[in-house]
Amino acid sequence: MKRFRGFVIKEFYHIFRDKRTLVILFGMPIVQILLFGYAVTNEINNVDLAILDKSKDAETQKIIHDIAASKYFKISDILEDEGQIEAIFKKGKVKAVLVFAPNFDKDLITNGSAGVQIVTDATEPNVANSVSNYLSSILQKYQTDINKAITIPYQIVPETKMYYNPELKSVFMFVPGIMTVILMLVSAIMTSISITREKEMGTMEILLVSPLKPHQVILGKVFPYVFLAIINAIVILALGFFVFKMPVQGSYFLLALESILFIFSALSLGILISTISETQQTAMMTSLMGLMLPTILLSGFIFPISSMPVALQVISNIIPAKWFIILIKGILLKGVGIVVLWKETVVLLFMILLFIGVSIKKYKIRLE
Amino acid sequence: MKNDPAIHVENLTKMFGDFTAVNSISFQVGKGEVFGFLGANGAGKTTAMKMLIGISKPTSGQARVAGFNVRTHAEEVKNSIGYMSQKFSLYNDLTIKENIVFFGGIYGLPKSVLKEKTQALVDELGLHDHADALVRSLPLGWKQKVAFSVALLHNPKIIFLDEPTGGVDPITRRQFWEMIYREASKGVTIFVTTHYMDEAEYCDRVSIMVEGNIEALDTPNKLKERYQVGSMNEVFLKLARNIE
Repeated sequence: MKRFRGFVIKEFYHIFRDKRTLVILFGMPIVQILLFGYAVTNEINNVDLAILDKSKDAETQKIIHDIAASKYFKISDILEDEGQIEAIFKKGKVKAVLVFAPNFDKDLITNGSAGVQIVTDATEPNVANSVSNYLSSILQKYQTDINKAITIPYQIVPETKMYYNPELKSVFMFVPGIMTVILMLVSAIMTSISITREKEMGTMEILLVSPLKPHQVILGKVFPYVFLAIINAIVILALGFFVFKMPVQGSYFLLALESILFIFSALSLGILISTISETQQTAMMTSLMGLMLPTILLSGFIFPISSMPVALQVISNIIPAKWFIILIKGILLKGVGIVVLWKETVVLLFMILLFIGVSIKKYKIRLE
Repeated sequence: MKNDPAIHVENLTKMFGDFTAVNSISFQVGKGEVFGFLGANGAGKTTAMKMLIGISKPTSGQARVAGFNVRTHAEEVKNSIGYMSQKFSLYNDLTIKENIVFFGGIYGLPKSVLKEKTQALVDELGLHDHADALVRSLPLGWKQKVAFSVALLHNPKIIFLDEPTGGVDPITRRQFWEMIYREASKGVTIFVTTHYMDEAEYCDRVSIMVEGNIEALDTPNKLKERYQVGSMNEVFLKLARNIE
């Protein structure tokens, strides 16, 4: 035990004396959470809008006024003809143009229907989509207002309720996602690099010649990262909780337990990678390509798994992050317990056993 | 047990698939002897050494190190030997003191002993001003001397040195060999690989490996006599040429 303690102390020296490691370990989670929380968002605010009003009557003025009054848009240009639309999009600032047909108010009153067109710059599809939705809903509201006096005989009015994230805050999706990515990064990449570093430097040989058993060496190398990963998880959750008002509906205990389980699965992957790589560079590339990309792309963090092609859906099952994201979203947002989440927990446990088993086998082959 | 040689090797063989890296070698090293283990790169000397220090399993044959069978008593072997590799054996981002404490610690030395040893080592090498400096900042020759002392911390009976003086200047090499002699005079067995032939002259006995076999094994003087040449370098060249 004393030998083990000495080993862990040495490992902490390595970590704290390497500025780059420290920045990755503690700077990145904070920066990423804040970035994703504030900057990456599907909500729109103060989007530049241009108006092409061919009618110029009281009704269109009212609508324009409504739009200008909303916090979502600011009217930055008034156009005179269609030819200007492309020109203004090409400048890049204006994202959408609202076009009123000639004789808008007359058509509205005499025919009961009037022409309005929303033209968006779809080089950024998400923005274009949101802008057109927001504009439509403003027009919808206006229509409802002028129809107040009249009773429409049949009407379907859907009432939408968003459970678990009523304001559709994207940060609720990013906090679990970032936590997953960071824990995977810290645990898998850092451990695989730190183990291969010993191989590359030749100190691994010295350790293996010493009375330390191979598993003690590996445990000693991994232990500090368990500790650091737990700190990271706490920092990320605290930021989500205090800065972005992320709720924790479920049990803290289960949350801690599942996080530790995921950390172990990532650590065992890191060990596995270190057994198959000889240099730090290979370990890093293998971790980045083999772990980071799937964790970001196939885990359901950014892209919903249900809309992926079947082949990718199948592949997503072997990615620990997928299961952890289900777990953590369940606990944080829905407040469900182990009764619902046992399946995902078992999958993670099984993965840990598998990765460790394969690592031990590979490690033995190396020693032959 | 008492008259057992420090290292006893019999028909030791290592195969990698069809390739025989070490071909049934046999030799003995006496206690307190400085034994030079020579060979060109790829001759199999590192593989043979790895089997002796317990990080590679022999395909067949026997080896006893400090009286323990390397196959069945690897743990006892590990506790009785010290090892310094050609790649540098200390942590660059730790200070000299921290390295000593760490390596002493993994051999289970108690704190009080470690403290004493650290002081003695620092005194001996004259490193007072540098004991708290990162190893990275030291010149290579110093690092090598510290690494050697660190490998001796747990008082091993046998010390294995894998090309310990690679890349070091002649003066430092000289000093390094003085350290080796000092330990040998205390009864520590030294097993050293090198490809500096002048260093081979410093050994009590040398073995020369060529393509997995030990082609010659004797004192440097006798070897020179047998091949009727003036230096170990020429002995080595003659042996290597015969094979070609």
